[in-house]
This record gives sequence, structure tokens and C-alpha cells, in this order.
Amino acid sequence: MKYGYYPGCSLEKNASAYHDSAMAVAGPLGLEFNEVKDWNCCGATEYISIDLIPAYALVGRNLALAAQQNSNGDSNQLAAPCSACFLNLKKADQYMGDSPDLANTVNTALAAGGLNYQAGDVVVRHLLDIFVNDVGLDAIKEKVTKPLYNLRIAPYYGCLIVRPGSMGSFDDPEYPTSMDHMMSALGAEVVDFPLKAHCCGGHMTQISEDVALDLIQRLLKNAADYEADAIVTLCPMCQLNLDAYQDNVNKKYGTNYNIPILYFTQMIGLALGLKPEDLGFGKEFIDATPALSKIGAEVPPKAKKKRQSKEELPMPVMPQES
Amino acid sequence: MTTTTTQARSPTFMEEIVTNTPGSDPRLEMCIQCGTCGGSCPSGPDMDHSPRKLFAMIDAGMKEEVLSSNTPWYCVSCYYCMVRCPQEIHITDIMYTLKRMAIQEGLYRESSAASAPGFSETFIDYVDTYGRSFELGVATWHHLRHHPLKAVGMATGMGLEMLRKGRMDLTPNRIEGMDQLKSILNKAKELGGEA
Repeated sequence: MKYGYYPGCSLEKNASAYHDSAMAVAGPLGLEFNEVKDWNCCGATEYISIDLIPAYALVGRNLALAAQQNSNGDSNQLAAPCSACFLNLKKADQYMGDSPDLANTVNTALAAGGLNYQAGDVVVRHLLDIFVNDVGLDAIKEKVTKPLYNLRIAPYYGCLIVRPGSMGSFDDPEYPTSMDHMMSALGAEVVDFPLKAHCCGGHMTQISEDVALDLIQRLLKNAADYEADAIVTLCPMCQLNLDAYQDNVNKKYGTNYNIPILYFTQMIGLALGLKPEDLGFGKEFIDATPALSKIGAEVPPKAKKKRQSKEELPMPVMPQES
Repeated sequence: MTTTTTQARSPTFMEEIVTNTPGSDPRLEMCIQCGTCGGSCPSGPDMDHSPRKLFAMIDAGMKEEVLSSNTPWYCVSCYYCMVRCPQEIHITDIMYTLKRMAIQEGLYRESSAASAPGFSETFIDYVDTYGRSFELGVATWHHLRHHPLKAVGMATGMGLEMLRKGRMDLTPNRIEGMDQLKSILNKAKELGGEA
């Protein structure tokens, strides 16, 4: 099964564990992902807050490139692993179809770069949808060599792959279950997780950390109440917020949460018997060692790098005026 | 026989919002004030006005009060309100429209979320220049501008850990077709608010 693949900015670095594990399990499950050449940022939730038409043109370039690069007709299916990228791509395609005015305006902008996009040229799919519905749970189960027995998993979906449902979702907008069934197929014990589709706070960690920490704390408490060994997610933003801010939550609320936040593709990889080092383990803030030891897997040892020079750390550079 | 002349009136605040919201009709005027939106909102308690109240204020034409409130900036884009709204109003899309209008009118500065547009602007500066987002740069510059002490904390704490774990780049990556993207974005900016 062939797909176009739009990794998105997070998967280049921050969520490279997600990208690496997705690529590692693709082959054994008969999936081929062809990355869209020279894709650009989807704008996240930021561009649309500032400027409407450029926000759609930004996403439009990606859709146009995906359609153009599929000129041999391999597959008009475009896979997006990040929830925000998935929604932005899907929404732009949908709204350009709903509104001819918007489509014309976006295409006038795209024409300045020699591109054009017609709604429906590309079908945007989230990675979880592809694993659950195209590969199928039975086919995944057949390939399991190291079942995740005794590992208690809280499946966390977040917001943007299940909502808004108006565009047709592959799962329930309030109480999704597709990843629950997948984790069961891998042999894991799926715990009840009532807040499974609640918000991780998104970019609020940068705008009002108090608001974000409150939302993150609710999710961690919920998973801890059900004695989950790990929270498994499908979105780089959710992973970052729950993982990197867990320490801040503990400081603010006097709690002692210590729950690793892992990607569903990492769990598939472990169950297929792939090595943890090939699945991006070791990059999480909250150590996954105790959880992995329950299934006889080990987090790879950290590579210790010596500082090459004593110079100051370089500062990030600001965009140049042009 | 008498002839009647009708004089075109200027659009109401509600009509302005509807015109500036993309896609199909956002159905804003269909609000029945049930409050399902506010009751479903994870950051509702921190908002100046719940979405329900904000929609009543829009209906009453209270443009300045609406655009200077923190409500749209505290929307986390979770879409819970949108899937639960019995009138199928495109609430999240309307919140984005209100953010853009608040920036155009300069009214966001009055709100308690005054630094929020700065975060979005820093983010899009990187996208406009490199074609990709750059987490280290966005977070550092945002905090240096708005919360300098936090930037120090970030650089020594979480930021350093991100670098150590190989989860953050020190320099942004530029896409090859940057000229093409710039031409597209410049044209799009020129075309402006026509949705």
C-alpha cells in the first residue's frame, strides 16, 4: 500500500521518535510512504490567527505539491502523522471544496508559484486511520512476536484527529476507541481513560502556562488513577506537553507523576519485535525504562557526548528581513 | 407611481465576522444561547466571557468589548464546543476570525492575553523566512520579548534537556522552494481578506 507522506516540522526533530518508529514498522506491515518533496510548515494553529488567505495558501502549496508528485497515479492518499498538520491539510481541502470563492483566491496565490490545487485531488489521512483501517488489526496481530502482556496503557487521542466531526471522522469525536483496539491487538492491557479525547493545552504552554498545566494535570491524574504504566499518543504536541511539562505539573501541584508518554508506532514496533533503539526510545523526558522492563525490553543507553569546545552555546537566529 | 430608494447600510459586526470566516456558512446567527459551548470549554473558567456570552455580545454589536477580551486567545482549538453545538455553529473558526480582527483593530493589547499574538507572529516570521517552523527559535524569541526571566529558565532547564536528547535544532532548516513559497505568500497577502 502506497501513500504520500507529510511529516510536518515536529517530526523532523522534536518528535523524531514518532517518525523513526513509523518508518520502522511500515515495511513489515506492507506500507510504503513517499515523503512530499520540499513540503513547508502547515502553519499549526498560528498562521490562521494572523492572516487568513496566506494561511490557506501555505497549506495549499503542500496539497498542490502532493497532488503534483502523484502524477504517476501511485496514490492520492496523503498520510499525516501530526494531528495539527492532519487537520490543517484536511480542512483546507474541505473548505476549498465548500467555498469556490476561497478556492479561487487560494489558487490565484498558488499561481504566483506556478501551482494549482483542486479540492479532492488528495485524500488526507491520519497515520492511525491507515494502521487501523488499511492495514487492519488482524494483519497487525498476525505479525506480533513479542506481545505487550501486562503493560497497562492509557490510549490518548487528543483533539484534532477526531474533531470537528463535520468533515467525517474515522472515530467517535468524544470517545474514540480505534487505538484501544490496536493496543489490545498488540497484547497490552488497555485501561479505561475517560479523558482520552480531552485537550493537552496545545500552544497554551507558551501563552499561559497556568492554563496549560491545569489541563495537563487532569490528564496525568486520570491516567494515574487507572494505574497506567504509560500513556500512548498519536500527536507530537500532546507528547511534548505531557512529557516535557510533567515535571512542572509535579512542582505546581505537589504531585509525583512519572508516566512515560509514548507513540503508538513505538508500541507496534516493540510488539513486532523490533529493537527499542530503532524506534526512537530514549528521547522521552520521563524515563520509559520501568514500563519497558515489564515487557522485557530495554531503553537504549544514552550516548554521552563530550562538549567539543568551551564556546558559548549558539543562540537561535532571527529571520532576516528580505 | 412612487419610487423607493434603498440606502446600503454598513455591515453589522456579526456580518463582518461571518464574511471573514472561511468555508461554508459558519451559522453564527443561529446561536440559541444554550451555553453548551462554555460548558464544554477546557479553558472556559479563564476566559473573560464564555463563548455563549461573547456571541450575545456580538449580536448586540459590542465590537470593542468583544475584540479586546481574552476569550478568542484562550481558545485551545479543541473543537469540543463545535461538535456539541446543537446549532452546528463553526465556533472554533469564529474564534480564529475574532483573533484576526482583534489584531487588525489593535484591540488585543487591551486583553489579558496581550502576548498571545506575539507568539503567533514570531512563529509565522520563521515560516515566512524558512518555510518551516523552528521550535527553539520561536520559544526563545517569544519569551525574550514577553517574559525574559522565563527565557533564562528555558535555556537552562527544558530547552537544554531538549537539545541534550536531540529533540531540538540549533539552526532552522530552509526549504528549497523558498522563492516559490514567498511569491505565493506575497500574492496571498496582497489578496487579503477575501474569503
